[in-house]
Amino acid sequence: MSKSDPNAPKRLALIASKGTLDWAYPPFILASAGAAMGWEVGVFFTFYGLTLLKPKLTAAVTPMGNPAMPMKMPFGPDGFQAINWPIPQLLTSNVPGFNALATTLMKQTFENKGVATIEQLRDTCVEMDVRLIGCQMTMDVFGFKREDFIKECEIGGAATFLEYAADADVQLFV
Amino acid sequence: MDVIKEDQVLDCSGMLCPMPVVKTSKAIKTMEVGQVLKMVATDPGAPPDMEAWSRQTGNELLRSMQEDGKFVFFIRRTK
Repeated sequence: MSKSDPNAPKRLALIASKGTLDWAYPPFILASAGAAMGWEVGVFFTFYGLTLLKPKLTAAVTPMGNPAMPMKMPFGPDGFQAINWPIPQLLTSNVPGFNALATTLMKQTFENKGVATIEQLRDTCVEMDVRLIGCQMTMDVFGFKREDFIKECEIGGAATFLEYAADADVQLFV
Repeated sequence: MDVIKEDQVLDCSGMLCPMPVVKTSKAIKTMEVGQVLKMVATDPGAPPDMEAWSRQTGNELLRSMQEDGKFVFFIRRTK
């Protein structure tokens, strides 16, 4: 069965599978942009992506897991900010607190550049009726309960998402 | 160029993707059909994004221009 109603709005179906700060952005940006264009949008949060539905977002970033991440400072004169610091992986992966530092710097950079926070983007999605589906199986595996997640989300499994995605014009896995 | 008279102004200066389209979408919904929204942005991605947004939503992008180093859009709510 394809789309039953030819006049129905376009539909975007996303899978959010990662829970780091950098990877939290694409699903929320695409979801809010789609909703802003009048599309129906649904996001399936699975595996580490499920943590993006917790009331308090703690998404962080690890330079070790992202070797291509530019290491730049969000403050100081322009020339200083342009420097891409050649910090060896040995340091970024072993110095205690380096991930916290990198997370703080990334948040600061995003704020300076005018990028909305993950919290703002998620609130926007909720406000624009984006369907947020938390993965039941991931909840079971990691020992989460329904009340660990925001009340605006629903809980479902692969079949719930696939039925929604079957009628979607755009489907993306993030 | 004719002067377009706007009914409402939305300043998205300093905001990056996707906020200009998100804010525009919210603003246009508060307006009457036929009214014109003037949106100002500094995001270099705004011109192509506003064109795509207007094609997708059906709202009419009357003009897209640059003024004082900013991107200015006039959008008429059509439905």
